[in-house]
Amino acid sequence: MLKNYFKIAIAVLKRRKFFTFISLFGISFTLTILMVLAAFIHKVVGDDYPDTKRSRSLFVTELQETGMSQGGMSSASGAPSYWFLNKYAATLKSPEKVTLFSSSRGTNTYVNNKKIALYYKYTDATYWDVLDYEFLEGKPFTAQQVLNGEPVTVISDDIRKEYFGSEGSVVGKYIEADNVRYRVCGVVKSFPIISYMLYSDIYLPFTVSKTSYNDRSYRGNYNAILLGRSSGDLERMHDEFESVVKKLPTSDKVYQNLYCHAKTYLEAYADMGNEGKSGVNFAIIVVSIFTLIVMLLPTLNLININITRIMERSSEIGVRKAFGASSSTLAYQFIVENIILTLLGGLIACVFSFIIMKLLNSSGLIHHLDLSLNWFVLLIGLGIALVFGLLSGVYPAWRMSKLHVVTALREQ
Amino acid sequence: MIQLKNVKKVYRTATVETLALSDITLNVERGEFLSIMGPSGCGKSTLLNIMGLLDAPTNGEIRIDEEKTDRLSDKQLANFRNRKLGFIFQNYHLINDLKVLDNVELPLLYRGGVPIKRSKLASEALFKVGLSNRMKHFPTQLSGGQKQRVAIARAIVGNPEIILADEPTGNLDSSMGNEVMEILLNLNKNEGTTIVMVTHDENMARKTHRLVRLFDGAQVQ
Repeated sequence: MLKNYFKIAIAVLKRRKFFTFISLFGISFTLTILMVLAAFIHKVVGDDYPDTKRSRSLFVTELQETGMSQGGMSSASGAPSYWFLNKYAATLKSPEKVTLFSSSRGTNTYVNNKKIALYYKYTDATYWDVLDYEFLEGKPFTAQQVLNGEPVTVISDDIRKEYFGSEGSVVGKYIEADNVRYRVCGVVKSFPIISYMLYSDIYLPFTVSKTSYNDRSYRGNYNAILLGRSSGDLERMHDEFESVVKKLPTSDKVYQNLYCHAKTYLEAYADMGNEGKSGVNFAIIVVSIFTLIVMLLPTLNLININITRIMERSSEIGVRKAFGASSSTLAYQFIVENIILTLLGGLIACVFSFIIMKLLNSSGLIHHLDLSLNWFVLLIGLGIALVFGLLSGVYPAWRMSKLHVVTALREQ
Repeated sequence: MIQLKNVKKVYRTATVETLALSDITLNVERGEFLSIMGPSGCGKSTLLNIMGLLDAPTNGEIRIDEEKTDRLSDKQLANFRNRKLGFIFQNYHLINDLKVLDNVELPLLYRGGVPIKRSKLASEALFKVGLSNRMKHFPTQLSGGQKQRVAIARAIVGNPEIILADEPTGNLDSSMGNEVMEILLNLNKNEGTTIVMVTHDENMARKTHRLVRLFDGAQVQ
């Protein structure tokens, strides 16, 4: 049966080449956009360098306080301070390790009168244990160096090339940022800025920070990663941190509520800084709406083309009904044929997506972007092609199946 | 085999009501070869379509092989047609995108079964109509007579008890028409298939067991 449907589907595609071109173009163009988007999302939320232990990590990146005062609703949100995290996150019992690190900040440095924009980040020494940075040369700074406030730094491979050129080893050399000279102790492999929580060009011990990292306010510029021994520790770490935060007073009388959670990477990545709104749900809604909008026009176009094609096939429909096809069998046949068409469009989309991903990767728009046509993207593509096939096939199939057999036979 | 009792068919549009068949009562015996004649528009094809359960009467009752057919669902009707009935049309109604063998296999697709068996039965049916050498051709590569023989093979492949033929020789010259008629006569004689044939050709009609004439939707003979 399926072989017969396949033969018919291919024959119908060959019959009106212009219609086929329009249909396949619409399908493959739409699927290409969505597959590239899927690859991008996978890159953002997937388990990736240098954050390979994401499945057993929780992230504390946001602290919000809210309250009602005479002037109305008060709310303040932002990253927690080093002091807050050091006091309430770093002291937790359930994590195997806890690292504290600042958000990346931008500054400029100069080499041979050339301005180089770079990002810097303050970290503790545990940072290098919790995350799996690949050291191309040298090693991370030590806990003792952090304690001593030594002006040492780990730099990215990108900044090594930009700052030092293509000369040999740079370990032991100095790099200047914000008028301070730091001795390079290690060089790590670069990664794209979309991993914004960890991205930086130079990593410095938090003790060399010019601003006081021990300022006893709740909000600041730091994040924490709580690393469990296994993914089974996530719930325990989460609950322990929740119970600690629950007991804390707010930082000011104008606030009555304090919110600070240990979240999974995805939750933390999509965090909107608003306790009442789930960033993950918001992201899912936005992506779904975008997908629907992108799919809407080609779906309507395909429905129109399908209806035209069905009318050309009324004799066949009549014959099939006469010889024993029920309306539901015919509807099924047409949906299968349409899914064959959309899967064919999906195959073309795979080729287009591969080319576009290669172009994006090499364009330099986002450094070290490494989009790939992996199983996740292929599965998403297959799923969307099937949904596309169903959406654009159901109504024409219903129209087809409802054609009266005598009328259909008369139409030839 | 086929019993029609007080069958009436009215086609209605918003402004016009057309009586296509009025009060037809007719019995077709098992193994009978019946021909239906009459001027164009007298209701011959409508009667055949109603006998073939392709169309429903406005009033009246149809029994095929003692089974009442008016309460059958779409699925049951499809299954009934598939097992009991074979159709031959004046315009052949072959699917041009499928090869001759695939066209003949069509009724068997809706019965399930293994593809090899379907293919074997279709080959046998094509052998019966003398078209074994055209199995891999497409319908557009065949003459009118050959197309009608493919249509006959398609009608008989499922071994139905009844064949309904709507002007099967209408588009053929006399020599090809006679060839097709011979096949139908042999089917009736050798296999005992009940055949009802609509025709305009007196000579063809004379070769059948019985002739029914219609005029303005009514049976006149």
